Amino acid sequence: MNFLIQAFAFIFDPKHYGTANGIEVRLGQHLLISFEVLVIAALIAIPVGYLIGHTGRGRAFAIGFSGGVRALPTLGFMILIALGVGIGLGAPIVALVVLAIPSILAGAYSGFEAVDRRTVDSARAMGMNELQIVAKVEVPLGLPLLIGGLRAASLQVIATATLADYVGGGGLGRFIFAGVQTQDYPQMLAGSILVIFLAIASEILFSIIQRLVVPAGVTAGRPKDVRVKSSRSRAALG
Amino acid sequence: MIEFRGVSKLFPDGTLAVDDFSLVIPSRKTTVFVGSSGSGKTTLLRMINRMVDTTSGTIEIDGQPTTALEAVALRRSIGYVMQNSGLLPHLRVVDNVATVPVLNGVPKKEAREAALVLLDTVGLDRSLAERYPSQLSGGQQQRVGVARGLAANPNILLMDEPFGAVDPIVRSELQVELIRLQRDLDKTIVFVTHDIDEAFLLGDQVVILEKGGVIAQVGSPTEILTAPANEFVATFIGAERGKRALSIQKTATGDILVDSEGRAAGVLVQQSEGVVR
Ligand SMILES: Nc1ncnc2c1ncn2[C@@H]1O[C@H](COP(=O)(O)OP(=O)(O)OP(=O)(O)O)[C@@H](O)[C@H]1O
Ligand SMILES: [Mg+2]
Repeated sequence: MNFLIQAFAFIFDPKHYGTANGIEVRLGQHLLISFEVLVIAALIAIPVGYLIGHTGRGRAFAIGFSGGVRALPTLGFMILIALGVGIGLGAPIVALVVLAIPSILAGAYSGFEAVDRRTVDSARAMGMNELQIVAKVEVPLGLPLLIGGLRAASLQVIATATLADYVGGGGLGRFIFAGVQTQDYPQMLAGSILVIFLAIASEILFSIIQRLVVPAGVTAGRPKDVRVKSSRSRAALG
Repeated sequence: MIEFRGVSKLFPDGTLAVDDFSLVIPSRKTTVFVGSSGSGKTTLLRMINRMVDTTSGTIEIDGQPTTALEAVALRRSIGYVMQNSGLLPHLRVVDNVATVPVLNGVPKKEAREAALVLLDTVGLDRSLAERYPSQLSGGQQQRVGVARGLAANPNILLMDEPFGAVDPIVRSELQVELIRLQRDLDKTIVFVTHDIDEAFLLGDQVVILEKGGVIAQVGSPTEILTAPANEFVATFIGAERGKRALSIQKTATGDILVDSEGRAAGVLVQQSEGVVR
């Protein structure tokens, strides 16, 4: 309990702001790394996931790849890359992108798979071409699960970006690693609390987005909470 | 006119769903494919708009093979109505109906106006236009499905058990509505059902199918009822039993028609006008 109070004291101490190692600087770095990683991972995983979801091909590959990646120890992987590309932001970003891809990939293709096949069939029978089916039917109807995947990925990335500083990448990990070295428990705890704070903020942000992107007609005429529950438990699968 | 010439469909899993099928479907008439489950009705229907590719044989529409057009262009020129309406759940009723015209480049506003008129045509209140499909009853959804099928003003309308999932009262309402529509619109309708009563009610030409898309009999309802081609057809239409096998019984108060169980089914009256199909 004492440590906790000291940790909060650390966080609110004005001395810890305004320097190169200030909390706001590390917080900003952490957010920036996480954001960059999410964007890069999304740019890779969403097109691939949509392709898998639309064609129904390559699903086994995606599952195998995701399983493999999830078994990968991120820290070791990151150090391995750092041996190649050197100390700095490069290695953590690559490692975190790899970490983030499975959730987003699963969100993207399971979103498409969750669309009623008869809806897609009738869209095709009306004369939509494949691109139109993707853009006008599968993307809007699959959006809730995709956002669920992004949400899970964001949480993972924010938590794991703590490791970035191990290879000189900066971020909130700095406080934790510095705390470990000097046996400064309040500082370690302060770092953890800030990471948790970011994680909660991410959860809140994505739960709002998730609510916003559910196509209106999908929930119309149904009680609201049913939808929220189902999209959440599905996202958890991803 | 739609013409099947020696059409077969062998699915990759080895199912021969349609075997050497030939048939002429006349223009501006309703042709009904009727047969039990798995007889190949849906496969036949979907080969017309190339939702299913033929394995061999050709299908021609007004003398043009269906393969002359891109599949997408062909489908846009043919209306399609399916059992569960297949409406897009995230679009409002009016936008569902306007989908194909918008794909064809009609300005959105114009397409929506036309969609409202179509809602009138299929007997739906315009107040439903802004609803989502999930906020409609099954019967209303089917009407929207029909309106959508008609939206691009196609010459051909394909209907796959469109009234299969609604209750009998709504079904007969929709059937009557379709007969009225067809009188006004004069489309070439190809209708699939496994309900022989529906087939006789709607069809100018009825095609009774056996397994593998084998034609048991083609003809008008009258031709089929008066002269079933074989045992299969007779059994399928229930000619020897139930309410179709009517006989005249003389009673003290006059002649009545009774069914095979001896229940009174109606009376014989002098037909003043109209010809039975
Ligand atoms: N995609 C497919 N792959 C393999 N076999 C198929 C496929 N679609 C249909 N079949 C088979 O082809 C046969 C005809 O199917 P079809 O759907 O045309 O029957 P149907 O007359 O429409 O039946 P129902 O009244 O049940 O709708 C069936 O044996 C069916 O199992
Ligand atoms: Mg069928």
